[in-house]
Amino acid sequence: MSTDISYEDASEAHDEQDHGDHKPSGFLDRWLFTTNHKDIGTLYLIFSLTMFLTGGAMAMVIRAELFMPGLQLVEPDFFNQMTTMHALVMVFGAVMPAWVGFANWLIPMMIGAPDMALPRMNNWSFWILPFAFTMLLSTLFMDSGGPAAGWTLYPPLVLQTGTSFAFVVFAVHMMGVSSIMGSINIIATIFNMRAPGMRLLRMPMFVWTWLITAFLLIAVMPVLAGAVTMLLTDHFFGTNFFNAAGGGDPVMFQHIFWFFGHPEVYIMILPAFGVISEILPTFSRKPLFGYGSMVYATATIAFLSFIVWAHHMFTVGMPLQGELFFMYATMLISVPTGVKVFNWVATMWQGSMTFETPMLFAIGFVVLFTIGGLSGLMLAITAADFQYHDTYFVVAHFHYVLVPGSVFALMAATYYWLPKFTGNMYSEKWGKIHFWLSAIFVNVLFFPQHYLGLAGMPRRIPDYSPQFADFNMISSIGGFAFGLTQLLFVGVVWHCAFRSKVKATPEVWEGSRGLEWTLDSPPAYHSFNTPPEVTHNALSRAD
Amino acid sequence: MKKENTVIVALAVLAALIAATWLILVAPGLTGNEINMTRGVTQQSGDHFDLHMIVLWICVVIGIGVFTVMFTSIVLHRKSRGHEAAKFSHSTKAEIIWTIIPVLILVVIAVPATTALVRMEDASGAEMTVKITGFQWRWKYEYLDQDISFISSLDPASNAARQLESGIAPESVDNYLLDVDHPLVLPVGRKIKFLITADDVIHSWWVPALGWKRDAIPGFVNQAWTNIDEPGTYRGQCAELCGKDHGFMPIVVVALPENEFDSWVSEQLAEQGAAQ
Repeated sequence: MSTDISYEDASEAHDEQDHGDHKPSGFLDRWLFTTNHKDIGTLYLIFSLTMFLTGGAMAMVIRAELFMPGLQLVEPDFFNQMTTMHALVMVFGAVMPAWVGFANWLIPMMIGAPDMALPRMNNWSFWILPFAFTMLLSTLFMDSGGPAAGWTLYPPLVLQTGTSFAFVVFAVHMMGVSSIMGSINIIATIFNMRAPGMRLLRMPMFVWTWLITAFLLIAVMPVLAGAVTMLLTDHFFGTNFFNAAGGGDPVMFQHIFWFFGHPEVYIMILPAFGVISEILPTFSRKPLFGYGSMVYATATIAFLSFIVWAHHMFTVGMPLQGELFFMYATMLISVPTGVKVFNWVATMWQGSMTFETPMLFAIGFVVLFTIGGLSGLMLAITAADFQYHDTYFVVAHFHYVLVPGSVFALMAATYYWLPKFTGNMYSEKWGKIHFWLSAIFVNVLFFPQHYLGLAGMPRRIPDYSPQFADFNMISSIGGFAFGLTQLLFVGVVWHCAFRSKVKATPEVWEGSRGLEWTLDSPPAYHSFNTPPEVTHNALSRAD
Repeated sequence: MKKENTVIVALAVLAALIAATWLILVAPGLTGNEINMTRGVTQQSGDHFDLHMIVLWICVVIGIGVFTVMFTSIVLHRKSRGHEAAKFSHSTKAEIIWTIIPVLILVVIAVPATTALVRMEDASGAEMTVKITGFQWRWKYEYLDQDISFISSLDPASNAARQLESGIAPESVDNYLLDVDHPLVLPVGRKIKFLITADDVIHSWWVPALGWKRDAIPGFVNQAWTNIDEPGTYRGQCAELCGKDHGFMPIVVVALPENEFDSWVSEQLAEQGAAQ
């Protein structure tokens, strides 16, 4: 359907593609010096998959130690290094770069642009990351050990980290530089390089959610950089920003950190909302329900994300008025989030659905993200949070929104666009096996953690009282199975890219909507050298 | 698709969801493990438990509603059943409804949530004060009115068993990781104010049966209070990551009837006098 009359000019662009295929020949020229948005997107995605497996291996260490009461495998300090590194690697190394990778691949193709607006900066923003993470991971092998104070880096505890702390701070700085450059590039691309007729309210939802995400990143990454720089000078240069004995304020760090940290969680989930809003209409063969309200809900969530940060720190002893404000503001977030969920369900309603792997992951996302969202509403209630705070209930909550939330959306996006990227179809059978095993074991892994938290198990402990033994063992078994299942994913992607004999059509999916599906699969190295003419909003038009 | 079919499928999905909810919320309790927050032994913990249950059930009902509609759609509106896709792309009326209704639900939740919070933060009228100081990795308790103070650490049996490759089964230790050498002894029926601080890094003092946790922060003195209804032994743990032995600084509160507490105070003072 997508090559209908409204895209007549796109077919001209098709002819242009044949003249646009000038890949550099040498390996280094192609990958190290590349300024091509598709190559850089691929690099980001490969990097993030590597980090996903690295962070996953750390999670396996954590779950293995927690398999039963007593310490069997690692010392408590190494356990703390694992929880800290697992979070840093997954947040900054796996989820965020994966979204930037999809942004690189998709945004130019979705808005009819030939490439990103700032291609050399694009190269740089990727190539910073391998160095940043090599430096971060190298701290695990240093004499003083890696950071062990949690990814939230709370002082004064984090200031007890040894000399490796400087490497952690510089690694965070580099990740921040990379994110900010990536965001500037995305904003510049979306504002300057849209094809004629691609008005803002005709843009695909993935482009919209990334535009808003990019603004969040620019707003908060410098705040994080400032916070860790103050930690650095407190640690090495005798300042007292956060040292109470020197007149500083350890709670101020938490305020600064969470002013970054709360928008950060939306940085990880908003692009996921965009992906789900692309996939559900395709496999429902129906327009996205409520396109306009989806855009406004995303913007509202982004705005609210700046005024709810202190709900991460209800127990620090805030004034009553402050607690009430942050409770009410946090509860409000469930309204635009609810609108999104209801719109997704309304998109499916009365559709003509089929259930290929991307659709399965998208439905899994909606169901399990909703569970995570509802436990988020519970956590917003300040008085009850005095019990929930820093327990496994919180761990269960944020893993529900991040794993079957962000990560499932990343899986959905991979299955959805991989045929476009590679020109080959993946194995539907193995994709479905990957989905069902993931969906079952992610619940075996994380659902019992709600019980553990409510029964009183604190988070970030390497050992626990035997009353928590049963559910920890179930959770660990789920964890090992979920971890192994992800190796299947690697296999499916490898097969699709290099072994699959089934060629993908330009549309790939029967109900696909949007400019990227008018290009060949795989698209030419340089696509849309001549911009297409856009006449309508592909997501919201009934056809 | 006939109307009756829709109703039958919707009912079947609803029944399946209710069964799943029962399995999730009730059945694990049959294993004998605690799966829910407990009511505790103070007015605050009761408030927080009630609030938790109200919001939990509201969330369960919302979840069942959303998932029923969604799974009904998944069953009925599939291409393999020959269902034709509808063309609609928005409905202002529907979108207004599902914005307003959540707001109303939030208002319903906000009322008890605000009441409980205001009660929690009112520490006025306390009859005695205990100062709690967190250290890496033990707690110090000072009874400011009685002039008693002591340090409370993980009990030696747990400490031996918790070492890597200790060879001691955790199950063989009574109250493994949840027992201390010197518990905090408190009277029942008396409003007790806590002043909570720390000496090195941030800790958090948490006894679930009392209904709250509060961070112990160096350079800050936080305030909290309790009024315990029933005598008994209540166990908790440090709740803020505070270094390598964060998991090994438990809290034990022994709540005594007022007269027994007063004689405990006399004993302590006598012991301290003898020691000097």
